[in-house]
Amino acid sequence: MKRRDFCKKSLLLAGGLVLPLSALELFNPARLLAERSVPGDSRWIFLVDTHKCTGCGFCVKACKLENEVPYDANVTRTWVERYVVTKDGNTHIDSPKGARDGFLTAQIDNNHAGMKTIPEDEISKAFFVPKLCNQCDNPPCVQVCPVGATYQTADGVSLVDRKWCIGCGYCIMGCPYGVRFFHPVHHVAEKCNFCYHRITQGLKSACVDACPFGARMIGNLRDPNDPVTQVIMTQRVNVLKEEYGTKPQVFYLGLTREVK
Amino acid sequence: MVHGEFWTLKEFFVYPNEYIYWSIQIVMYPFMTGLVAGAFVLSSLYHVFGVKQLKDIARFSLVFSFALLPVAMMPLLMHLMQPLRGIEVMLTPHFTSAIAAFGIVFTTYGMIVAGEIWFVYRKFFVESALALRAQSNRSAFDTLRLRLYTVLTLGAWDISEHALETDEKAVKVLASIGIPVACFLHGYAGFIFGSVKANALWMTPLMPVIFICSAVVSGIALCILTYVGSMELRKFLYARKRSQNPALPSNEELKSVETSVVIMTSKYLVMFLILAISLELLDLIFRTYTAVKSWDILRAVIYEIDFVKIFVVQYGLGNLVPFILLLLPGLTVRRAVLATVFVLIGVFMMRWNVVIGGQAFSGSFSGFMHYSLPIIPHNLETFREGLLGALLVIITPYILFVGLANILPVFGEGKED
Amino acid sequence: MKNHVWRPLLVALGLVAFILLLRVILVPDDFGIHDRGYMYGWYRSSNVQEWKNVTVKYHGSKGCQECHEENYQEVIASPHADIQCENCHGPRGEHPDNPEKLSIDRDRALCLRCHQHLPYPESARGKLPAIEGDKHHAGEVCVSCHNPHDPTQEVK
Repeated sequence: MKRRDFCKKSLLLAGGLVLPLSALELFNPARLLAERSVPGDSRWIFLVDTHKCTGCGFCVKACKLENEVPYDANVTRTWVERYVVTKDGNTHIDSPKGARDGFLTAQIDNNHAGMKTIPEDEISKAFFVPKLCNQCDNPPCVQVCPVGATYQTADGVSLVDRKWCIGCGYCIMGCPYGVRFFHPVHHVAEKCNFCYHRITQGLKSACVDACPFGARMIGNLRDPNDPVTQVIMTQRVNVLKEEYGTKPQVFYLGLTREVK
Repeated sequence: MVHGEFWTLKEFFVYPNEYIYWSIQIVMYPFMTGLVAGAFVLSSLYHVFGVKQLKDIARFSLVFSFALLPVAMMPLLMHLMQPLRGIEVMLTPHFTSAIAAFGIVFTTYGMIVAGEIWFVYRKFFVESALALRAQSNRSAFDTLRLRLYTVLTLGAWDISEHALETDEKAVKVLASIGIPVACFLHGYAGFIFGSVKANALWMTPLMPVIFICSAVVSGIALCILTYVGSMELRKFLYARKRSQNPALPSNEELKSVETSVVIMTSKYLVMFLILAISLELLDLIFRTYTAVKSWDILRAVIYEIDFVKIFVVQYGLGNLVPFILLLLPGLTVRRAVLATVFVLIGVFMMRWNVVIGGQAFSGSFSGFMHYSLPIIPHNLETFREGLLGALLVIITPYILFVGLANILPVFGEGKED
Repeated sequence: MKNHVWRPLLVALGLVAFILLLRVILVPDDFGIHDRGYMYGWYRSSNVQEWKNVTVKYHGSKGCQECHEENYQEVIASPHADIQCENCHGPRGEHPDNPEKLSIDRDRALCLRCHQHLPYPESARGKLPAIEGDKHHAGEVCVSCHNPHDPTQEVK
């Protein structure tokens, strides 16, 4: 009986050991409480100047081609929104195909509700707002990924591991800005990553280069001499949907209350 | 077309990447897990609280709960863009995400239900295996059955009084643990939605509790319904066998047992119905009163676009009508059946109104998205996330149940448990 | 432990052990907690390099200057100076190897991106010279009259 007991117990012990070793990775408190903001020499930030945007849509076209998002697909990593505020206080907003082809008509594209003509003399103001992933400091999309397919690098860019993503869509639902979508070819989650392949070799994001009016700029928050850093430190900038606590890192000049 | 584009109709300003990504299968998933949790709670009412009259339905709902389990996974597999990678939830779970809890909770719950079934049926496995072993000339099919039952005994052949008492205690323990786990199974499903701050309709701390209550409601309703259905089937079968075996209970005896069980279970159904509707109304009242930024668009969705789905179907048909039917004096089985059908429709509608309703408005709060369920599929995507995919999910537990009922005796013949 | 009551638990533990075994086999070694902790940094680290390795398609106008000096100088001195060559001609890629030729898009829609009149006088759009796309020589090609590389010059 003793031998059998011994065998049984040692088997149990061996089997039990298999468990904690892999669990340790997760439950080490030091790792869990690791620095939320990792000190390093780069933290990418973006600046959008809505005073300069003309709605030409070259940024959207360049982004699609640079990042291989099919041109005809009705999804895009970045887009431009048009706001037309009329004298009766209504705000009309549209973004036809994400402004991939620009805004070729003054009519507002209300999707299924049709095209709306706004008489010129009823317009009190109109402007364009480019949008892209905010690479938030507290990214809710990363928080809700069940398998660790999306994550944030030390320099602040949130990426998606195309080989690991299971396509559940939780990250898409979790983003308050509507920045994420399913890639029509890879069938996994996709979003703007500031052209990570470009910025990590000293180039600028494709949309930044493509904008003829200088409405888009990318910079490094950790470099005090960076022109973008200087703008956000010295001028009045705003961010989108601050109340969600996401700490977005895309800053806007000229962001007004109408902007959704 | 990109995923979601086919069944989404946009109106006014919707962000370019917004589509209804979580469609019919995500409505089915909490509906099916709700049935699982509810069926289990019902079974536990007998095993834990010793409500003797529920003995028959307890055994039945336990097995049905087990048949529902793999089906609960089906909508998820049909929804995932990469279903073959679904196992990653068990391999690299990211517990900051509610969905990652699925791996642990679901597996735990499955093991508890499986364990409980084992203890309930262990005597049957042993007796069947011994009987088959004693047979001198077995058919190939019978040898297979012998193997199956032998494996299912897990080597525990002792069916003495003492051993069987231990089995009963174990069942009680498992059923007791199972109730909070069943609550967790469905509570976390509610948390999946309730914790999404990006969605103005979903974000509420009440969501997990609302989901649990409505899950229990649906589970009880389904069990009453299926129990009555199975009793009707038995009456039919006995009518044919009675000429050979006059000892079989008469229709009157069967009917009186059935009625008392149904009336008793209906009381629990009413209790949970009251709880469920109170929470839903509380949520609505709070939103109306506080009128935060999202209230304008939510009001349009709740009171205009989805008015019929919410107030007429979910609250009216799914709650008010069953109340009246179940509370009016002189409750009959027929009336209870009608009430449970309405309850199930109401619970389904609740899932629909949460999932689809939450995507009926854009994150811009300036536009709407209308969902049209694909009926006739023209590709794999419209099959998976269409009517046929949903029907497949609904039918499968019944197929599995029939399979299980061939291995395990589900309808207590009166003498065994 | 002699009690048969523990058998199902053993089966359960066996299942858990199986899953952990699967984990060792199927999960890449570099999967773990990196940089920003468990909440934001739970991933497969080799993926970062995979993203860095994506091919660059747009190389910027400076790269075009080497072979297309004349065109380059013409554009730089014109009001179209801030428009990248690749905005209209598409990404250079590995041109002249691949693709051999870049496209020359003569479609009106290209020019109308900026030059379609929109009645927003206060915005940056309002400052651009503009026409009504469906009225001004509708159906004709813009570049038959306007030199895109220097819109101040007439087309020869």
